[in-house]
Amino acid sequence: MSFGTILFQLSKGLLVSVEIFVLTLVFSLPLGFIVAFGRMSKNPIIRTITKVYISIMRGTPLMLQLLVVYFGPNLLFGIRIGENYRFIAVIIAFSINYAAYFAEIYRSGIESMPVGQYEAAKMLGYNKAQTFFLIILPQVIKRILPSVTNEIITLVKDTSLSFAIAQAEMFTTAKQISAAQTSIMPLMAAGVFYYIFNAIVAWGMERVEKAFSYYR
Amino acid sequence: MKLLEMNHVQKTFDDLEVIKDISLSVEKGEVVSVIGPSGSGKSTLLRCAVMLEKMESGDLIYEGRYAARDVNGKSAYADKNELKEIRGIFGLVFQNFNLFPHYSVLKNITDSLIKVDKLSKKEANERAMELLKQLGLEDKADAYPYQLSGGQQQRVSIARALAKNPDILFFDEPTSALDPELTVEVLKVIKELAAKHMTMIIVTHEMQFAREVSDRIIFMEDGVIKGQGTPEEMFNSEDSRIREFIGKLS
Ligand SMILES: Nc1ncnc2c1ncn2[C@@H]1O[C@H](COP(=O)(O)OP(=O)(O)OP(=O)(O)O)[C@@H](O)[C@H]1O
Ligand SMILES: [Mg+2]
Repeated sequence: MSFGTILFQLSKGLLVSVEIFVLTLVFSLPLGFIVAFGRMSKNPIIRTITKVYISIMRGTPLMLQLLVVYFGPNLLFGIRIGENYRFIAVIIAFSINYAAYFAEIYRSGIESMPVGQYEAAKMLGYNKAQTFFLIILPQVIKRILPSVTNEIITLVKDTSLSFAIAQAEMFTTAKQISAAQTSIMPLMAAGVFYYIFNAIVAWGMERVEKAFSYYR
Repeated sequence: MKLLEMNHVQKTFDDLEVIKDISLSVEKGEVVSVIGPSGSGKSTLLRCAVMLEKMESGDLIYEGRYAARDVNGKSAYADKNELKEIRGIFGLVFQNFNLFPHYSVLKNITDSLIKVDKLSKKEANERAMELLKQLGLEDKADAYPYQLSGGQQQRVSIARALAKNPDILFFDEPTSALDPELTVEVLKVIKELAAKHMTMIIVTHEMQFAREVSDRIIFMEDGVIKGQGTPEEMFNSEDSRIREFIGKLS
């Protein structure tokens, strides 16, 4: 296999990694808010359920969660799973896992807001939704951006865990080629790709943080 | 005309009775200072008046409208819409300003005028600039709160409250987060408002200021009003406790 072919194969894998990355963020970032609100709910049942959910998501390996999501429907309920479920399982497992992490970040951000901001908003007549979306949320986003960036960078690397269910993303591809060629080179090349991927993500997040740096 | 009336107000924080049966009323145009030792319940009384705290019992009446009515020893609050309208009668200036850090000075003032009071952007901006000019801050309209001194931030927060055209304005220790030099500029603004007969209730530790600005001074201790009167009456009080307290701080 020529170097060019290897790079081509890896690039195809990278595309899948990027897809996993983007779709996971698309689902987990908003889902995290729902979980965070559940975690802060006045209703003790909702609060307990979300608390248990978060602790399981954070307390067990993502790889194991991935296996459960992928094999669970068949092993538990005898549902026949098709080939296209593999990718869906990756997105589900990653999304519900990252939602738990994002939820905790959101929660700590929301709880760190001084009560004076809510009180000032109330005195000016803002309703609850206006207070949250106009006054609280923009400040929370600024506060949590560094932690969210950390998670997002971890996600880039975590996409490689999909090899556990043989999803053909970049890491799985690199491993296969490496084994077939008995060469370390494809793995090294994949490493470089991950590094560049992350550098781009970090750069993007820096831009976002810059956009929020007009105030303190 | 009575702008504010509080009757037999009582407030507890888990078993701790912080406000014990306080009644007071404030006339239109009156400037009332509330003084008293730390922990006497001054802030709590103010927060009950502006409905940031719920009273356990007692009436809260603005311009004859019941925000809360005592029913068998429990304060029953009016419905949401009535409370929303009543909230428009008063404003509050916080000790630590509570400006919105992500909004410019101008937007801090205009945003609620536009989104809550449904003023046009033009009207809101005009009203805000007018107030900023009065308070000597017109060149700060586009600044963000972090770029201002504490005294300037507090003046912006006063402008923000005034922009809502309240009939009565509450202050909770408006200068105690400020250095002495900055205190002066904020007290000057409040004095100017007093001269224009803005109705105000001011919790303060600044005795000299209270003496100059107030029509009436209320002395609170242990959750009750221990005495009240004109500044002259209070500064020459028969009550040794009041004299001692005022003497210590002035
Ligand atoms: N949210 C709260 N929960 C529990 N206790 C409270 C709360 N707010 C105030 N208190 C208590 O109520 C009492 C009165 O407090 P308050 O803040 O009204 O006093 P203050 O007269 O404003 O004092 P200072 O001059 O220090 O501001 C204090 O004992 C205080 O600890
Ligand atoms: Mg106080």
